[in-house]
Amino acid sequence: MRVDPASQDPELLRRLLRAKDRMDASSHEAWSVRRLARVSGVSEAHFARSFKQAFGIPPHRYLLTRRIERATALLRDTDLPITEIAFQAGWGSLGTFGRTVRDVTGESPGAIRARQWATARELGCVPACCISAASRPHLTIAVSEKRRRVPSGINGSEEVK
Amino acid sequence: MSQGVAMVGLYVRDQDEALAFYVEKLGFRVHTDVRNGEYRWLTVQHPDQPSFQLGLFAPGPPVLDAGTAQTVRAIVAKGAMPPLVLNVDDCRAAYEQLRARGVEFTQEPMDRYGTVDAGFRDPSGNGWKMIQARR
Repeated sequence: MRVDPASQDPELLRRLLRAKDRMDASSHEAWSVRRLARVSGVSEAHFARSFKQAFGIPPHRYLLTRRIERATALLRDTDLPITEIAFQAGWGSLGTFGRTVRDVTGESPGAIRARQWATARELGCVPACCISAASRPHLTIAVSEKRRRVPSGINGSEEVK
Repeated sequence: MSQGVAMVGLYVRDQDEALAFYVEKLGFRVHTDVRNGEYRWLTVQHPDQPSFQLGLFAPGPPVLDAGTAQTVRAIVAKGAMPPLVLNVDDCRAAYEQLRARGVEFTQEPMDRYGTVDAGFRDPSGNGWKMIQARR
């Protein structure tokens, strides 16, 4: 289904944005479609369809990108144990966290941390939220589909050897 | 200073609503508000920054055709316009004050290595970061 996003009512889009903002602000929380639909003031069925049409990604997958972004930031900026980061970022178990991060990014949380720490911190003048957003994965396919593919970098530009 | 950036425009869904937001809630002042038929040139400015104006423009004719205007309205409502930054002396105090006035915050104040920032949106969907610099 390919619908021109500009055909969506801007008033609806503004309310969908509110649900997206709420996920951004608290990505570690559980965000059922029901809860998100309530934020946007639409039915559950309407919400899921409209959100994907507006933002090009289903709401739960968007939430996953934000959780991975947050986990990556915590791996980079703190020395918290990885288990603690898994819970803070919204995962219920370390195993699921590690597997999902590997599926999406091609790297384990420990490897991400090691690489980030080895990179010089030279981004001090860019607002922290923009640095963080730059590490958000581009999830154009479902993670379960991703697992079946050869890892080749999530945005297609990186070679994974 | 006589050279430099004088004005940057934002698209807003409704100029009256935007004017009320930027003036009554954020404390900006009206710099210019002139009309020519349907067209309204509206700029506001921060009280501490007389050399810079923020334009509040409604997408539509005669500048934009109806289809383009609809696309722009959708983009703004989706929060897809680039980030805006407001510097403040005290982010937490400003947050409390603006929240009490009904500003829609998207992020509570957060410490980041000595700077504090919060996020809010204007009624149209334009996203602002409110940043308190390191002291």
